[in-house]
Amino acid sequence: MAVVVTPWWRNRRLIPWLVQGSVGLALLVLIAFLLGNLVRNLTAAGLLLSWGWLDNPAGFDISETLLPFDAGLPYWRALLAGLVNTLRVVLAGLVGATVLGTLVGVASFSGNGLLRRLARVYVELIRNIPLLLQLLFWYFVVFLALPGGAEAIQLPGVVLAKSGLYLGNPELVNGVWQAPLRLTVEFSALLTGLVVYTAAFIAEVVRGGVASVPGGQWEAARSLGFTPAMTLRRIVLPQALRVIVPALNSQYISLAKNSSLAVACGFTDLYSVAETTLNQTGRAVEVILILLGSYLLLDLLISALMNGLNGLVQLKER
Amino acid sequence: MVARSRLSLLTPLLAAVALVGCAGDGGGIQSQKMAAIKARDKLICGVEGKLPGFSFVNPDGSYTGLDVDVCKAVAAAVLGDPTKVEYRDLNSSERFAALASGEVDLLSRNTTKTLSRDAPGGNGLSFAPPVFYDGQGVMAPTTSGIRSLADLAGKPICVETGTTTELNLADRMREIKAPYTPLKFQTSDQTYAAYLQGRCAAVTSDRSQLAAKRTSFPDPTAHALLPDVLSKEPLAPATTNADPAWADAVRWIVFALKQAEESGITQATVDAKVAQAKADTNQADLRRFLGVEGDFGKHLGLPADFAVRAVKAVGNYGEIFERNVGAGSQLKLERGLNRQWKDGGLIYSPPFR
Repeated sequence: MAVVVTPWWRNRRLIPWLVQGSVGLALLVLIAFLLGNLVRNLTAAGLLLSWGWLDNPAGFDISETLLPFDAGLPYWRALLAGLVNTLRVVLAGLVGATVLGTLVGVASFSGNGLLRRLARVYVELIRNIPLLLQLLFWYFVVFLALPGGAEAIQLPGVVLAKSGLYLGNPELVNGVWQAPLRLTVEFSALLTGLVVYTAAFIAEVVRGGVASVPGGQWEAARSLGFTPAMTLRRIVLPQALRVIVPALNSQYISLAKNSSLAVACGFTDLYSVAETTLNQTGRAVEVILILLGSYLLLDLLISALMNGLNGLVQLKER
Repeated sequence: MVARSRLSLLTPLLAAVALVGCAGDGGGIQSQKMAAIKARDKLICGVEGKLPGFSFVNPDGSYTGLDVDVCKAVAAAVLGDPTKVEYRDLNSSERFAALASGEVDLLSRNTTKTLSRDAPGGNGLSFAPPVFYDGQGVMAPTTSGIRSLADLAGKPICVETGTTTELNLADRMREIKAPYTPLKFQTSDQTYAAYLQGRCAAVTSDRSQLAAKRTSFPDPTAHALLPDVLSKEPLAPATTNADPAWADAVRWIVFALKQAEESGITQATVDAKVAQAKADTNQADLRRFLGVEGDFGKHLGLPADFAVRAVKAVGNYGEIFERNVGAGSQLKLERGLNRQWKDGGLIYSPPFR
């Protein structure tokens, strides 16, 4: 029996390896070329990467911070304070957008025709207008138009004034509102804009998820005597989550990235601090690297958490 | 070795910004920048674009202002035509990156000359002589009862991000130990919109800019500048350290505008002065300045009559000032520090010799 020797170019194991290898090599060469180019040009311009400036005093102030900050502290503290501000708005935004988005998404299955149509109008209106415009609208048209002082809008436990949102039984002391919790209008405008915008997309994700559950499940639940609310909570949503969670991941990541539009409404987030830092130090490449790295880490973190959640809601095959 | 480890962590990201560093490295006696401008037959000038008196877009799309006239003078001197300018509106955060990357040839955008911006270890800019000596001021509504900086303690102040203004404000408020809330915006439009909406008790910027912006307010008389001057703000056109020959050319074109005023040469009389200089060989200073004799233009890589071209295009420094921000304008600013040195001001051109 003659031994059939397969020529190497028809070897089904070897060829994919060769293709992958050569693409990988080409990529490495490209990266090496770009890196070399960067270092060469930065050296020529006398701007080789350095990080010592991070320890220099920043010299500028930040309007609202969780970490104490003043102008005498170094740049890295300023950037950290900015990052914490970003995290604050992203976390609050994730919670708010999820709640609002789920409500709107579920409302589009409501038996009430008015509610159903309102949900559609909301989604179509919000997701078709650029976020930047919406942020400018919320800040300049809505929040900055709030009355100040004694004329502020007073709701039970909440006061809406031009100087901020006051929560928890606010009192007017000498023409200035005092309350346990104060949100600035900049933070409120950014948060509102992000929540309203992202919720429109999340509503569509939820709607798709709920629609993916076969109609028979609703009917079976009703025949067992479940109320519509119980059906949704016990039967439909657990099944819909398998479809919803992966799609939700990209909406969450979008929200985190969109938070960098904060500078449009005067909120001092990481991007805003980085921009001032870039201007004061002239360290464009370093500052942009820090920005890239921070947002990348933030989004990878969100992705990792969402993938973990996805593992929990997936069907466990036995 | 902290720096090394941080660097290695970020190494994969470097590729993404590799193209940022592709600036030309010019230099030498021949200016690459000037050659590029001549080949393009157009000067690309970075301006603010929304600041009446300094650079402002007219309803017909043309630009006017003191900063714009500097662009025109440079275009006239280099290309022989003040209209061969392409303007780029830059906000205060974009401006240095636009200049460093070569996107604009010249930055004529009310930019304060400072050590960190000038030094090679900082922004690495090369400044021409200041065209406007300014100081930082604060503007507040007249009805607010705010009369000095100390009255602003604990109050929000609107400021444009990425400016020296932001730092000066922080410094002065620390000195008088007054806490305050800086509200930072990316563009001057947003800054003044937030101020006019009443979000801030005051807005701070260069005094000339405040006066200029005030003219476009619904009711300019409802706002007043506080007497406090927070800083020195010499506003100067800028190029980069990468091309010293180009920087020198721009520098001396600006000096020419100042020297023309000192020598009494105006847009209207410049042709007569040239004729006079040509006729009278004894007026050596005038002949050299106007390029009738000597080779100053050649030293700079410019035409011999570059000063004549610049003045013919936009007038001398005094004319530029009065037309854009002085008595002939809506701003009605006093010459103040911007008078000629002979009149007690700071405008002083080194000798053309």
